Parts: sequence; C-alpha cells; structure tokens
Amino acid sequence: MLSLRNLSKRFGGVVAVDRVNLDVAPGEVHAMIGPNGAGKTTLVSQISGSVSSDEGQISFQGRDITKAKPYERVRLGLARSHQITSIFRRFSVLDNLALAVQARRGSSFSFWRPVAAERALFDEARGLAARVGLAEKVEALASTLAHGEQRALEVGLALATQPRLVLLDEPMAGMGPEESQRMIALIGRLRGGVTVLLVEHDMDAVFRLADRITVLVNGRVIASGRPAEIRADKDVRRAYLGDELAA
Amino acid sequence: MKKLVAIAVLVCLFPLAMQAIDQGFYISFATRILIYAMAAASLNLVLGYGGMVSFGHAAFFGAGAYIVGILAVEGITSVWLVWPAAIAVAALAALVIGAISLRTRGVYFIMITLAFAQMMYYIFVSMKAYGGDDGLSLPSRSTGLGVSLSNDFTWYYLVLVLLGIILFLLHRLLGSRFGRVIEAIRENETRATAIGYPVYRYKLLCFVISGAIAGLAGALIANQTSYVGPALLHWVQSGTLMVMVILGGVGRFWGGPVGAAVLLLLEELFSGSPLLGPFALHWQLPVGAILLAVVLFAPRGIAGAFAKKPQ
Repeated sequence: MLSLRNLSKRFGGVVAVDRVNLDVAPGEVHAMIGPNGAGKTTLVSQISGSVSSDEGQISFQGRDITKAKPYERVRLGLARSHQITSIFRRFSVLDNLALAVQARRGSSFSFWRPVAAERALFDEARGLAARVGLAEKVEALASTLAHGEQRALEVGLALATQPRLVLLDEPMAGMGPEESQRMIALIGRLRGGVTVLLVEHDMDAVFRLADRITVLVNGRVIASGRPAEIRADKDVRRAYLGDELAA
Repeated sequence: MKKLVAIAVLVCLFPLAMQAIDQGFYISFATRILIYAMAAASLNLVLGYGGMVSFGHAAFFGAGAYIVGILAVEGITSVWLVWPAAIAVAALAALVIGAISLRTRGVYFIMITLAFAQMMYYIFVSMKAYGGDDGLSLPSRSTGLGVSLSNDFTWYYLVLVLLGIILFLLHRLLGSRFGRVIEAIRENETRATAIGYPVYRYKLLCFVISGAIAGLAGALIANQTSYVGPALLHWVQSGTLMVMVILGGVGRFWGGPVGAAVLLLLEELFSGSPLLGPFALHWQLPVGAILLAVVLFAPRGIAGAFAKKPQ
C-alpha cells in the first residue's frame, strides 16, 4: 500500500532520516517506534508531504508520490494527524469536521450558497464526531475541549478525509490512562477499514494494536517485523526497549 | 437586526436631513466615509478573515482611482467602462502581487506587500503624461447612468447602493464554502493543508477579490474628489486603511465600515478648529490616543465591543 525506498532527509548536517525502507500492507496496523529524535515525525511529514525528501522514493498504491503536493496526497487517500494537536481552535467540533468533509465533497470554490445549509456535510460530520467519541460535544468550541477530546478531534479530522491510509503521529501523546484506552479502542476499530501507520511511545498500545512494528533509531530502520519478533530482537532491546521489556 | 435597520434608515435619510438644514458639505463628507468603508471592508477580507496582513492595500485602491483618472483624460467617462476597468486592473495587480507575496509569510508578507505598493506609487509618480507628482484633475465625474453624478445628492445614493451590494456579496462570500476555507486557513494553515486544501490558491483568490473591491472603491474616490494623485497609493494610505480595520474590528463583518466612519469622523472633529483651536494642526495626536485606547481596552475593535457573542 505504502512503500518507502531509501528515503532520506537531512537538516543541515544532521541526518534525520537515513535511507529508510518501509512497506505498509493494506489493512494492517503498522506501528513505528523509536526513541525521541529517531526521526519518526520527520518521516511522517515526508510521507504526508509537508517535508520534502532529499533522496529516495515514496509510493502509495503503486503511484510515485515523492513529489506530490500535500493536498494531492490527501486526495489520493493519505491523511495524517499531528503529534502536537492541530485543530481549528475557534471553530466548533462540528465545523471542524464539516470543513474536513467539505475538502473532499465537491468544490470549495463556491461563493454564494451558505455552507450552513449543506445538510450532507454536517450529517457526515456528526457521524464522524460519534465515531471518535465526541457526539456530545459537537457544538463546543474546539479550544474548550479537554486534551484527550482534542486529540480525538485531531484523529477525527484525519478520518474525515476518508483516507485509505492514515498516519497517526503519537495520538496518545499527553493522555491519561483512561483517555488512552479510548484511543486504543478507536484505532482498533479502524482495523480492516483503514490502513494505519502508527507512531507511538506507549508500548502497551503498540503491542496491543500493531500487526507489524518497525523500529527507527537515529533515522535508520534497525528492525521490522511482527511484535513477537521485535520483542525478541537483540538490537531493539539494546537500543530502545531494554528496560521496559526486561521488567 | 433592529440596530442594523435603524442604521440603514439613518444612512438613507442623512442627505435629506442635511439638505433640509442646508449643510451640503456633510453629504460629500458622508460619501467619503461610504467609499472608505468599502475600501476598509475589502482590506478586512484579507486581513481579518484571511489572516493575510497586507500592508500594500493602497496599491489596489490607488490603481482603481488612477484608471478612472487616466481614462477621463483620454475622454472615456462612462461608468460602464471605467468602473469595470478599474476593478479589472486592480484585480490584475492583486493577482501579480499576491502570486509573489503569498509565497512568503508573517513579517515578510507585510514587507513585500509594502514594497510592491511603493513600487506602484513610484510608477504613477513617474508617469508625467498623467500628472506625475502633481496628480491629475478629472474634468468631471463619470457618466452613463442617465443621471448627473456631479450632483452630490445623487452621488451619495449611488455610492450607498454600491456599498450595499459589495457588503451583501461579502456577507454571502463569508458564509459560503469558500469563506469557511479562508477562515480555516487563517486559524490553522498547516491543518487546512493536511485535510486536503490547496491553501495557496484559496489565499490568492481571496487576495484578488479583495483587490478588486479596493479597485472599485478607488474608482469611486477618484470621482468623489475629481482628482487623483500619487498620495492615494502612498504607504500612509495603506496604513490608514489598516488603522480603520483595527479600529473597527479585525475579522468583524462591520469592522471595516465602522472603522472608516469612526476614523474619518475623528479626523474631521479634531482637525477643524472649533474643538482644539490652534492645536487642530496636530489632530493626529488625539486620534492616536483614541486608537491606542481602542487597542488596549477593546482589542476586538469597536464592532467587536458591541457584538453580543465572541466570534
């Protein structure tokens, strides 16, 4: 579904992403883990197109998208959520989601008809709100939501584009245990419908959700495989998992 | 809504009242406010709703004015030709300036729009055939509507109708899909991109629409004063429009018109000698103090301070 070939990114002298090869199969939940500064977010940004790649190739559903604009990638079915919550804070939850639905449905170069009269947009937005657990909060301003709810909206915005593959960049960042459980359940429900590339620090979540795991250290893939294989991998233990798994 | 109707009635009856008490000057002054209301509303579209801090809006305002002046010198005065020409030229200028400037952000965008406007200023200063530094006087107001636009009374109502049309169009625009996208880009450009909007195109189109409206306002100001000069394109003019928007309320629908009215009224009030005597020469000082007070105590502008719900 998604495949990266020798993908690299340098910032000045720092090699953030170093000749990464990665394949994400249709329908799977593929987790990417690695210590802070391993280049995970840079890699996600390269895939979503907000950061250009210095070398290598990205292909999505057999199409080379290395040079495609971010919005073109979204239209092909590649959406992302952000590690640092990125929502329309002064819009209501419903308006946030309706805006994302609008991006996909019909042209937005429409200047006359009031958008508020477009029932279809808001009906779909309501459905999305329910899907991410915000059904009770549709009228609330996004800025007034609790942190966990904002994270859910962040994921909702990505899902509103009806992606085939969604890149979730630390969806559980800063969440309490209860909120995390809800997010894990939400991502679990995506399985089968949407392919997921999940970047996450929460090992509990990763091992519960992932079909396959790729480990990134210093911009390089040091291991990739099923959770059991990753757990057993010596390099991974040494570089990253050590403490947690030894316990 | 009631407030709006009351103000509309007041605005419609104003010239009749002034004529009754024989104060024709104020009709002309009020027309000036209406024209600046249109110009400020156009700036508010990019600045308030689109989040693009354009410091070169006088370029479009002045271009519109100059087109009317130049065409008048060439003997073309029909509004059916000169107004569309003013709008088209201003829109084209906005397209070119916007296409380049919108590749930058933040303070760079402010500086580059300012630089373009100053370039336009010097272009018109150097056009000796059309008055250069001195500007040029129009032989008469535009023609073509079957009524004499030289009559201040008729002219007021014509400008009022045009302002009404423009504000109505802006209102529809801001409530439409396009308007939502523009505001979303202002709120969070990264996110707007990440949900699939080609933000550059939306911003550019918004910039062009805004420039076109400013061009029409410019055409009207040329007719209003029967004179066009390079001062219309000077950066001070851009600053004045910006002050109007800030005073009225950035991103408030009535921000532009309210700001234009208040600023011009203050200017009139403090620059006439009855109130300040010899100090009237320094009218900018009290106006500046009031602006400061608005920014400090009503950061949402005057229109924002009177609005019921925060937007």
